[in-house]
Amino acid sequence: MKGRDFWKWKSLKIKLEVKLRDRISIKYEAIIGLEVHAQMLTETKIFCGCSTKFGSEPNTQTCPVCIGMPGVLPVLNKKALEYAIKTGLAMNCTISKFSRFARKNYFYPDLPKGYQISQYELPICEHGNIEIVVNGNIRKIGITRIHMEEDAGKNIHEGAGNYSFVDLNRAGVPLMEIVSEPDIRSAREAVEYMKKMRTILRYLGVCDGNMEQGSLRCDANVSVRPVGQKEFGVKTELKNINSFRFVEKALDYEIKRQIKVIKEGGKILQETRLWDSTQGITEPMRGKEEAHDYRYFPEPDLVPVVVDQKWIDEINASLPELPDIKRERFVSVYGLPENDADFFTSDKPIADWYEEATASYALSVSGHKVVSNWVKGELTRLLNEENRSIEECPLKPLQLADMLTLIDKGTISGKIAKTVFEEMYKTGKDAEVIIKEKGLVQITDEGEIEKAVDEIIAKYPKEVERFKAGEEKLIGFFIGQIMKATKGKANPQIVNELLKKKLST
Amino acid sequence: MTKIFTNQGGFLELYSLTISDIRELLKRKEISVIDVVNAVYRRIDAVEDRIKAFITITKEKSLEMAESAQKNINNDNAYLCGVPLAIKDNICTKGILTTCGSKILYNFIPPYESTVTSRLTENGYVLIGKTNLDEFAMGSSTENSGFHTTKNPWDLERIPGGSSGGSAAAVAADECIAALGSDTGGSIRQPAALSGVVGFKTTYGRVSRYGLIAFASSLDQIGPITKNVRDSAILLNVISGHDELDSTSAPLTVSDYTRVLGQDIKGMKIGVPGEYFIEGMDKEVEKAVRDALKKLESLGAIPVEISLPHTGYAVATYYVLATSEASSNLARYDGVRYGLRIEGKDLMEMYMNTRSQGFGAEVKRRIMIGTYALSSGYYEAYYRKAQQVRTLIKKDFEDAFKEVDVILTPTSPTATFKIGEKTAEPLQMYISDIFTISVNLAGVPAISIPCGFTSNNLPIGLQLIGSHFDEESILKVAYAYEQSTEWHKRKPIL
Repeated sequence: MKGRDFWKWKSLKIKLEVKLRDRISIKYEAIIGLEVHAQMLTETKIFCGCSTKFGSEPNTQTCPVCIGMPGVLPVLNKKALEYAIKTGLAMNCTISKFSRFARKNYFYPDLPKGYQISQYELPICEHGNIEIVVNGNIRKIGITRIHMEEDAGKNIHEGAGNYSFVDLNRAGVPLMEIVSEPDIRSAREAVEYMKKMRTILRYLGVCDGNMEQGSLRCDANVSVRPVGQKEFGVKTELKNINSFRFVEKALDYEIKRQIKVIKEGGKILQETRLWDSTQGITEPMRGKEEAHDYRYFPEPDLVPVVVDQKWIDEINASLPELPDIKRERFVSVYGLPENDADFFTSDKPIADWYEEATASYALSVSGHKVVSNWVKGELTRLLNEENRSIEECPLKPLQLADMLTLIDKGTISGKIAKTVFEEMYKTGKDAEVIIKEKGLVQITDEGEIEKAVDEIIAKYPKEVERFKAGEEKLIGFFIGQIMKATKGKANPQIVNELLKKKLST
Repeated sequence: MTKIFTNQGGFLELYSLTISDIRELLKRKEISVIDVVNAVYRRIDAVEDRIKAFITITKEKSLEMAESAQKNINNDNAYLCGVPLAIKDNICTKGILTTCGSKILYNFIPPYESTVTSRLTENGYVLIGKTNLDEFAMGSSTENSGFHTTKNPWDLERIPGGSSGGSAAAVAADECIAALGSDTGGSIRQPAALSGVVGFKTTYGRVSRYGLIAFASSLDQIGPITKNVRDSAILLNVISGHDELDSTSAPLTVSDYTRVLGQDIKGMKIGVPGEYFIEGMDKEVEKAVRDALKKLESLGAIPVEISLPHTGYAVATYYVLATSEASSNLARYDGVRYGLRIEGKDLMEMYMNTRSQGFGAEVKRRIMIGTYALSSGYYEAYYRKAQQVRTLIKKDFEDAFKEVDVILTPTSPTATFKIGEKTAEPLQMYISDIFTISVNLAGVPAISIPCGFTSNNLPIGLQLIGSHFDEESILKVAYAYEQSTEWHKRKPIL
């Protein structure tokens, strides 16, 4: 290479390197919108009278309507409409007085009619939002729309040889599709959004929120762009995300993948990608499966959905206290720390359990906190050990309150109380019964305690000497020995006082 | 062999009677249900080979139903008790083969009953059989049937009209006392006209569609095909009214339609739309219809010239909307759950084999047209535009009915045509529905009644259209006309 050429080449190379370095040093942000599918907890399907029960024998919960036989017609389940309106109101949406069903056309064996009855141009709810808290900051995430639709059945590929089986029990189960604005900026936020979504749906009793069983499902639209840029990047759609853990993992993976592609000078393709949880990656769906033109058009078998303000008002009035308001109340009325309030209000049954217990026990803020500690601590630990939900808790809130009163009265010590509580949880018996049966009443008789103290002092002369020589931390050793001798029943305060008195003489 | 003396001193076969005749004779115990049923079967044995009106004849079921009807004969409300009826084979009958005229449903036995046949059953009818039709009710001649073509009883070389051609021919040939058909763009009225019988399409939403195998959901209506106007009114009394299983059925009460029969039509305004008397229409048809108008005038009705300005767009609008809905309605015939399945090496091939061998050419043509009209990029230009035009057509009728009580037109621009004459030219075939289609788009009710014969002795039909849910005015005028003419009494010679 001649001199001039070399310099030309060199300067070009530098330019390119700078450009590349720039691109690498650019900070990117993610833009995420979520499409959540929530199965409604109605007893019957959305367009027929079949049961929605989960886990029955294949094709036992079907009829000519949900199997898509010729000539049969759908009739809207009013409960499904009510649940959708309820959800819309809880998520601050505008409820459409006039909405319409539409057909989404595509062929698939689990779709009996060859189209899904959904809503398209005129959904039942629009323009809402929910709040999430991320790193202590409140973020408002817009809800574009909520619409009603029917679920599809399931194809079963195992055990069918060269064929596949189709189970249509799920076909026609009512779904809500809740579409967010592209307001979510990280995988963490997406998880918080999903959790909040589940909390609200469970509060309303419209969906059980079980992602693993598929009653709550999530697809994500993801793109990235340099921080400061206004335009959105090209997005991909992620499907098959079926747990809260995978929401974070799948999105983290996809965001990193997109940034890497761009930094390496590549382009993001607009495509649908599947999350593969075993490999921990997202992969493009095959093009053929993806290339759909759904040919939406208004469903001629159903009349437009017309709701009047009176009914909307009635539904609004029937809404339960929602998590955000409950949390605020737990902080202001019970004086609970934000952490505790968050913990309880994230799940309505836990909040209810706590409130019932604290209402029967506590008269002061410190009392509310005591109840909180027991529920959040011991009770939750015991439940978690058995993977039980609060609804399956064998203890009644009142039983905890009674036990706490027994502590206050000095009948049992706080330490013994843990044993009592575990026993209560195991057997469902009241604290008093257990205390009586196991002889766990606290010893408060000074004479009896003094006897035990004296015995221990006599038993450990060396340790007494060392204590008197200044090794004061041995007090714990003495207390431990006395509690052991009294099977933990001695009133620790009295033990403490007597010990100090005896050892100092 | 039971025969009935007429007051002219001749004999009348039981099969040639009407619903009201039979009801009378049964109540007076002059005949039994089984006499009627046997008579009808004798007739079927004699002529069905030539007519081919039926896809399925349900003789065993008929005898069963006849027996139970006989027990119920004194029930005053059972107008149809023991009356042998034929049902178009796109109306689901529980436990009885229902093919919709298609190979794709060649073996389909519904485990449910349509609402209309449930109501007929409650009323004690006797099912004679399931009648032939153009596949999925798509056609005007029964030539599109997946099984065979029905012959016109007035001329066996001609078509009976369609798609309810089997029902119309069965009624015309006395193979049943009356029948049900379905009408999406003229499929009751056009075959009624071409076969010389009465056919009534009600207001959209008047009769439940539950159990009617859908062609175009927003246009389909079930209705009667009968030997006279009174029988249509009787059948309507039984099948009309709200049904919880059909959200599009109107939640309105239905009055007794027979009450208006015989009422004076003096002063009633009969609208005559200029757009329906077009260049190129059959001269004999035009003359018969104009004569009918004169007849009504002589009965005291007042003719009023009106305009339905968007008539010219009706056929195009119809063929966009009906095919769009059909493309979606017919997606369920995929070989997965019922009906025909032709295996393939994978799912896609199974779909393609099943649908390409199961559907006939006309059905495939319409599925393709409809799929195209709904496709992204074309939806606005076709489907949405057609919906807008449909609104205008509907408004045409609403405006007209501010001025008139009923509208009078020919039912079909020509009398029946030769088998095979129009099969090569789908557009020619489509145009035979030119006078009936607007009625479906507007959702208004209409009847076709016999109003004359061509020089070849082929029947001509007169269409009377009413405003929404005003079936009464139509029946009133139609009955008055019928009673002052003899056309409905003529029978084909078989």
